[in-house]
Amino acid sequence: MIATLMMYLEYPFVRYAFIVGVLTALCASLLGVTLVLKRFSYIGDGLSHVAFGAIAVATLLGLTNKMIIVLPVTVVCAVLLLKSGGNARIKGDAAIAMISVTALAFGYLLMNMFPASSNLSGDVCSTLFGSASILTLTVREVILCVVASALTVAVFVLFYNKIFAVTFDEDFSKATGVHADGYNTLIAVITAVIIVMGMNLVGSLLISALVIFPALSSMRLFNSFRAVTLFSAALSVICAVIGITVSILAGTPTGSTVVAADAAAFGICCAIGAVRHV
Amino acid sequence: MALITVSDLSLGYDRSTIVENLNFTVNAGDYLYVVGENGSGKTTLMKTLLGLCEPLAGQIVIGEGLARNEIGYLPQQTLTQRDFPASVMEIVLSGCQNRTGLRPFYSRKEKKLAEENLARMGISDLAGSCYRKLSGGQQQRVLLARALCATGKVLLLDEPVAGLDPVVTAQMYELIAQLNKEGITIIMISHDIDAAREYASHILHIGDRVFFGTREEYINAGGAAYTMLQSRKGVTA
Repeated sequence: MIATLMMYLEYPFVRYAFIVGVLTALCASLLGVTLVLKRFSYIGDGLSHVAFGAIAVATLLGLTNKMIIVLPVTVVCAVLLLKSGGNARIKGDAAIAMISVTALAFGYLLMNMFPASSNLSGDVCSTLFGSASILTLTVREVILCVVASALTVAVFVLFYNKIFAVTFDEDFSKATGVHADGYNTLIAVITAVIIVMGMNLVGSLLISALVIFPALSSMRLFNSFRAVTLFSAALSVICAVIGITVSILAGTPTGSTVVAADAAAFGICCAIGAVRHV
Repeated sequence: MALITVSDLSLGYDRSTIVENLNFTVNAGDYLYVVGENGSGKTTLMKTLLGLCEPLAGQIVIGEGLARNEIGYLPQQTLTQRDFPASVMEIVLSGCQNRTGLRPFYSRKEKKLAEENLARMGISDLAGSCYRKLSGGQQQRVLLARALCATGKVLLLDEPVAGLDPVVTAQMYELIAQLNKEGITIIMISHDIDAAREYASHILHIGDRVFFGTREEYINAGGAAYTMLQSRKGVTA
């Protein structure tokens, strides 16, 4: 089995899949802790549907580099959704649900009306579930992912204490002169970038799993913000590696296998947490 | 000049006014109780003093070298915080945010300040504990320690004893009175008129009738308001 794996690792596209998978999982889990605690678990799902709609538009326009449209649209939606959380007419969860289904519907509608290739259901399926796309990454996409991840990790480390303060108590932070709105926007932008990155790995339906599972698992076991963050990052990377490896060896879809690994890890963490409480 | 001077202040949301023509001053060393019925605008007043809400009219002048971000705030607990995985030290340190500016990490001085304030609240032994596993009274002490990291001058407390049992409530009042004796100005929102009569130096009553004055003036003049609130308390309790 090891030999088979080694053989596969000789192929650049397999190595790319590992690099992108691990980095995406790492970034998603870092932000996941904040998003879960801010009660924004579902934002990943909503934004990925927005990205799906944007991809449909980009395909329709025949763009070779779809990111030109997908990234800005997702970022704008992320900022709007996270901003509106407090005082909008349509409350946070309803706004996310509304934007997400609208984008999904219009995306599929556009793809159906103006099919870019003959294999429509294949296109849709791979956008939704990321079935094959992680194994067809180009060098440029990999470099883009590495740069985006490096930026995400750097921002997270530099603003770690501020992100903690804003997540724990937004009013207190504002009262003591922290620009909470600025940091919320920053969190929104990074979230959008990670979602768009993650679509390559698990596709747009499953990206929420990468955001919420490691954080939830970690919160079963640890009691400080730092420990929760570090463990969820580690757990997410481990699950990504296991998931991609299994999917290569067993020929299963990469995205769903990674998510299955995350779900299994959550089950284990819950069990350990329950045993420790008894 | 007073620490905080509020003149002709009107508060409210959107276009509906809750309170109009509010005038009062807070001097260094005061212990001001803000009392009034639910929905009379107490929390809105506090948020306006903190700069979280814009007043509809009027102004708040902050003087005596007090900066806007030098006010310590003890908010009411939010849903998010109840199951928040954070250690006590992490939370208390976050009170130092107004000292760090853009510097990403806390300095040794700030860590020392956090430790001092933990000791001041008598919870040094809890520094490594998990916040969500503490009792209500301990959680309030943690949040007070955080507020003290943010200020050496003024504390704004939003119903600090809500949900605490009588013994812990009494301890909390003593602790706050002690801080006031140490020279920290206190502005507290409360339902507890009895405590106001015992501890306050000044009382601001907002609602249908607005009253501002010293505790003695309130007790002498505000008999009607006092009984009204008492009967209300009886109904809700």
